[in-house]
Amino acid sequence: MDFPIFHLDFMGDRLLIAIIAVLHVLINHGLAVGFIPLVTWIEYLGFKKGGKNAIVNNEWDQLAHRLMTVAFIITTTIGAMTGVGIWFASSLVNPASIGSLIRVFYGAWFVEWTVFVTEVVLILLYYLSWKRSLVSIEAKAKHIKLGAALSIFSWITMSIIVSILGFMMDTGSWVENKTFIAGFTNPIYIPQLAFRTPLAALMAGAIGLFLTKLFTKNGSSFQQDSSKKIALWMLLMLPFTLAGALAYYFKIPELMIGNLPVAVGTMDFQSWYDLLVKFIIGALTTVLLIAGTVYFKPKLKIPTIVYILPVIGMLGFAGIFERIREFIRKPYVIGNYMYSNTLRKEDYPLFKRDGVLAHATYSPVKEVTEDNKLLAGEQVFMLSCSRCHTTHGINSVVDKFENMYSLKAGEKLNGDLMKNYIKHIENARYFMPPFPGNEAELDALVEYIKHLQEDGTPIDNPVTSMR
Amino acid sequence: MFNHILLQTPVPRDLPLDLPLPKEVLIVLLVFSFLLHILFVNLMVGGSILTLWSQIKGLKDKDYDTLAHEIAETITVNKSLAVVLGVAPLLSINALYTVYFYSANALTGIFWISVIPLVTVAFLLTYAHKYSWKVLENNKSLHISIMGLSVAIFLFIPLIFLVNINLMLFPEKWNTIEGFAHALTLPNVFPRYFHFLLASLGTTGLFIFWYFGRKSYDFESHFTTLTRYEIRKKAYSLTFGASAAQFIIGPVVLLTLPTKGFSWHLIFTIGTGVIFALPAMYWIWKGITGKAEDIANNFWKVALTLGLTITFMGSGRHIYRATALAPHQKLVEAKTIAYEKEVKKATEEMKNAPAEKPASDSPGETIFQAKCSACHAMDVKVVGPPIKEMVSIYKNDAKGLHDWILKPGKKRPDYPQMPALGLSEQEINDVANYILEQK
Ligand code: HEC
Ligand code: HEC
Repeated sequence: MDFPIFHLDFMGDRLLIAIIAVLHVLINHGLAVGFIPLVTWIEYLGFKKGGKNAIVNNEWDQLAHRLMTVAFIITTTIGAMTGVGIWFASSLVNPASIGSLIRVFYGAWFVEWTVFVTEVVLILLYYLSWKRSLVSIEAKAKHIKLGAALSIFSWITMSIIVSILGFMMDTGSWVENKTFIAGFTNPIYIPQLAFRTPLAALMAGAIGLFLTKLFTKNGSSFQQDSSKKIALWMLLMLPFTLAGALAYYFKIPELMIGNLPVAVGTMDFQSWYDLLVKFIIGALTTVLLIAGTVYFKPKLKIPTIVYILPVIGMLGFAGIFERIREFIRKPYVIGNYMYSNTLRKEDYPLFKRDGVLAHATYSPVKEVTEDNKLLAGEQVFMLSCSRCHTTHGINSVVDKFENMYSLKAGEKLNGDLMKNYIKHIENARYFMPPFPGNEAELDALVEYIKHLQEDGTPIDNPVTSMR
Repeated sequence: MFNHILLQTPVPRDLPLDLPLPKEVLIVLLVFSFLLHILFVNLMVGGSILTLWSQIKGLKDKDYDTLAHEIAETITVNKSLAVVLGVAPLLSINALYTVYFYSANALTGIFWISVIPLVTVAFLLTYAHKYSWKVLENNKSLHISIMGLSVAIFLFIPLIFLVNINLMLFPEKWNTIEGFAHALTLPNVFPRYFHFLLASLGTTGLFIFWYFGRKSYDFESHFTTLTRYEIRKKAYSLTFGASAAQFIIGPVVLLTLPTKGFSWHLIFTIGTGVIFALPAMYWIWKGITGKAEDIANNFWKVALTLGLTITFMGSGRHIYRATALAPHQKLVEAKTIAYEKEVKKATEEMKNAPAEKPASDSPGETIFQAKCSACHAMDVKVVGPPIKEMVSIYKNDAKGLHDWILKPGKKRPDYPQMPALGLSEQEINDVANYILEQK
């Protein structure tokens, strides 16, 4: 509406954000929030095990240092940049929604930023002063405290972000009174936090166990001892993760639950939803089995490849939850306030009255006429469908209609049926927002989609061409 | 007619949500957090250029290789701080200049988003470079190329940011700009770019002067022939040369700016900045040409005055933006208010309109029109089977029909699946009755 429209017509705009966000969450949870306390704990164990004449037990300390090297390099590059990337991608794909969120959450984000700066300073200090901490007992004790402080700060960073994520799913009382506190204490906050905290620790455990297997000598007693500790860490986190997942699941507002099956993949695979539940149970069971074996039967020889299973399981588990979170707030980007086509719910009466084009700043046409029908149709598509559909790429609107009407190759779309469908689109499939425009715009949209089906190429004009 | 609309300056509406803080507070936060951010960006960019230069020189003189290594160690820290300190100005500019910033982003979209992967790669390369010093000792050309690539990326990224910041200032171009390359051709982009590069070199010179001068820094254990004095003199000379060049580039930047943002206030602010730079230049010059042991005598005064110069320049930058955008912001504000009025009016009208007559007197038919007609019609297949077919299946099985609507499934191989529609028990019964009444 108020911004030039950025549109990736092959991969789709949703995928852009999804890739960046999922990567970020996996790194943030698996290598920062959950991982740093694990590293600090191992460092502490090494400190305790240091004999009479040594400050630390070298094997333990080196393991902690190596684990931290991995975390340091990845979090300060991909981790940090995907964090910024979420802002960049949102500012392109959903400027109105990220802009609104910033207006509401500026304070929280600003506080978050100070915590985040502290976190970065601490991680630099913690990692880069590792060698220097080995000179005396006092220095090492201080270093471990630094690790503890860093753990706390990464958890606080996450807990603030979670509030904002929660808000996007359920705006609570914010829509009525639009205050910061109302947004911040939205009902889904605590369940999310209760879920993500042990989840992060469990992911970190899975990654830590795998890396330990790589970093230690196979079959050595140190490998057994250290793996056993990490396995214990995982076993302790497992029940909390399960409980957290349930708490989270039951709090997700009813309508969103209704969306869950579609969220998991495409509609064709609705029945896969059962599979998802099985996948989660499967991932947690794998973790249970492998961590349990390592803990109770440390001498058993397990090939390295097996250690990858819990990592994949946990990353997949977390990734699927993120995907669902991203999807279940549909048809809204900000629950009950802004639809995922980035139009505000409260503006709909105006659009119904005047049409969307009349209020679209960058549309070269403001009213549909016989001559400009296709151009107008394209604009209507851009405004009301393009945040989720492409013309011919992923989630193509043409394919969607063809498949829905079970058309055979070469069969033409029927405009009247499509019009009727789009008019009731929010009833037919409630993850889609209602069509915002007027009758003439509906007509133009349908003409445009039919044109796409025949022609195969989207029309190009300076306002919507890709930049 | 299209051209007519395209040539107009677009006047979008602002978001109808209040600013999170008073405007002045946000501006102060924006200007200062930005300066902090750009300081570390300067050190990151300048540091990587110097590392590259020093390492190439190090092919002949081992001490320069060591110098390169020492500078490389600082990039890792400075780059992390540069990123994290960038968040606050990003937030603030998003809140204050929502319409302007996002529009510029969208207009250079692909390049804007490519900042993320590019910077990630550059960061990974700096780590690869730093941690492979020993491993690649005998393959210097490869080792230097790693840094070369990362420097190339670091030199490109600022252009993307500058193009965005620049494009923000020109709403009158938004309708006609076609992407990043086109936006690069706006006047002022390249002068600003060189202004930035010189600032990076100047700042890094000062940083190196300080870094290698620290008492706690064990210089002799690292270097064999180079002396502290030599490095510091070189660093100072770099700052001097870069700052002197700013006296030429600076006016070019100012002169290529469109006049719409000029004001006496701006000239005064920039002028004050320039005046603070003069004594700094004098002190540096005295340091370079004076006795070796006196080189650091005025260092803190230099750092302070140049710091003030940068603060004034940064404020000038904001003043220009504020003046240049003020008229357009007024239009945006007026349009937003008018629009919100229309929204209210349309909402009222809709409320007051005589309640839309239900599609029919029968509640079942009304529900069918709203919830089912997108996919079902009387006697043709739409998405799902026609009502006629439903009746023939369920005419003696009302419960079966009820159960299907409650929990539809997949039956016909060549049809898609019917979704569950979330109807209440009452609604299901009504619509089922309606269907079964159709003979
Ligand atoms: C909130 C994002 C969103 C918006 C906006 C949106 N859609 Fe969809 N649409 C979806 C999703 C998700 C699907 C299901 C894709 C899948 O899993 O197969 C879908 C499916 C469809 C289908 C197939 C439905 C079926 O039952 O098979 C059609 C047709 C369709 N969309 C048309 C449109 C049109 C036309 C618009 C614009 C008026 C639009 N959509 C706007 C997200 C959206
Ligand atoms: C999104 C499109 C869509 C909507 C909306 C929809 N249906 Fe369907 N319906 C279908 C499809 C597709 C089938 C065929 C499913 C199959 O055979 O696998 C179907 C099949 C049916 C059948 C036949 C079941 C059978 O046993 O063969 C009935 C009855 C039915 N729908 C009733 C309804 C009612 C009542 C509503 C409104 C409350 C409704 N449908 C809304 C798509 C839809």
